[in-house]
Amino acid sequence: MEYRLPTPLDEGAVRALRVGDAVTLDGVVWGIRDATLIRIFDGGQAPPAELRGGALLHVAPNVRRSSVAPSGYEPTTVGTTTSMRMDRFTEGLLRDHGVRAIIGKGGLSDASSAALARYGGVYLAIVGGAASVETEQVEAIEHVYWEDLMPECLWQFRVRAFGPLTVAMDASGASIYRDVAARARQRLADVYARLGLRDAP
Amino acid sequence: MAEITVDAREYDALFEDLGCRLYLDAQIDIPPDVRQGLRDAMARESHPIARGIFHTILQAIDVSDRKHTLVCQDTGIPIFWITIGRGVVVDGTRMLDALRRGVERATVETPIRSSIVSPIGRENRQTSSGEGIPVFHVEFSGEIDHIDITMMPKGSGSESMSFLKMLLPADGVDGIKKFVLETCVGAGGRPCPPTIIGVGIGGSSDVCVTLAKKATLRPVGERHPDPKIAALELELLEAINSTGIGPMGLGGDTTALDLHVETAWTHITLNPVAVNMQCWRGERRRARVYSGGRVEIGY
Repeated sequence: MEYRLPTPLDEGAVRALRVGDAVTLDGVVWGIRDATLIRIFDGGQAPPAELRGGALLHVAPNVRRSSVAPSGYEPTTVGTTTSMRMDRFTEGLLRDHGVRAIIGKGGLSDASSAALARYGGVYLAIVGGAASVETEQVEAIEHVYWEDLMPECLWQFRVRAFGPLTVAMDASGASIYRDVAARARQRLADVYARLGLRDAP
Repeated sequence: MAEITVDAREYDALFEDLGCRLYLDAQIDIPPDVRQGLRDAMARESHPIARGIFHTILQAIDVSDRKHTLVCQDTGIPIFWITIGRGVVVDGTRMLDALRRGVERATVETPIRSSIVSPIGRENRQTSSGEGIPVFHVEFSGEIDHIDITMMPKGSGSESMSFLKMLLPADGVDGIKKFVLETCVGAGGRPCPPTIIGVGIGGSSDVCVTLAKKATLRPVGERHPDPKIAALELELLEAINSTGIGPMGLGGDTTALDLHVETAWTHITLNPVAVNMQCWRGERRRARVYSGGRVEIGY
């Protein structure tokens, strides 16, 4: 199924999503990454903006200072970084801050998959490396919080038709990454047999 | 004697401009063999999600062609592979200094993100350079009479998926095959597949790892000249793609666009194997610098 959803995300709409669905977002996407999350969870500082119902993006931004943009910055190349580095913060984001969607590449762990099921969230996979497309879907940088962490600030991106994103982990506990890995292991056993390799995995 | 140029200032400007241009262009303009490999893979792809990913990938290449912007936000570790031909007279120190300045200029003037930090304090000079960076691999060849400079901006998603194992002679070629297959399946979607996989076999540990990375520079679709090694490349490529990891690890028929093996002789007691991966962009840009300062740019 294909969905076009506005932000903040409605819990019911998020819970209805299933792995393999395609989602396109309109509204606000919050850019976060390592340092932002370390400050919130390890530093114990409350996020400087309301993230309830939010869609977070594991972002890697190239920006330029701008005298006309309200935030003082305009995007030059906004892309997505590997999610697994930020895996341990998933449960806290869902439980304490009401986040509904995490957008990233490469997927999250089984522990995060369980947290998505418990709190009603999804992981949306973007195409890593295709930052030039992603940048075209960011209309503006509306606000930059925690500017001292540059470039790992909390970014408020205004997006239009952001996607399509693939629902790769859903609120029922399903994960495409887990299924693909399990199938790859099985097929690897076939490969070992075909190539005459001993000690099949 | 192929003297590159005589005037010192001209010389500096030549290589500085090259460093700047190669570093930027490699991130904007995807090589034609990689584009073809992606198009072929999309045509073969049977999984709907994977076909959608290929569509976005080709769209990203197209946007960057039109707007002259970076395809990916990861500006990578700048790595230069330099081959100095027979009879070439060049001031190597000056050349490397100028290439480094070119990378710094590209970073500051464009501007693009500096992805380089010190390893312990994590200090970023905002110039894409630092101690030991850019990386310079310099070698000599009797087969050319010019300087060949290939720039590879290496992104961290794929560079994180780098592996070395000092196998035993008794592990044989089967041990090498198993190591390659295990690392590729273990990497899953993290190196931004479909990847170009480089495999180094033999040498000392440092040579083995370097061969694996150098192997990722070879154009997609080009086989090793030794038929036995070429057959090994195709066997491993087919095996990896049959696991179905697919683009971005979301399942599909193509996990790797190609797999290249490079070898060196090794010690009687050793059987080293290394794996290095390049993401789907396969970024590289090449310059040939001839006598008198004439330059040809390619891939």
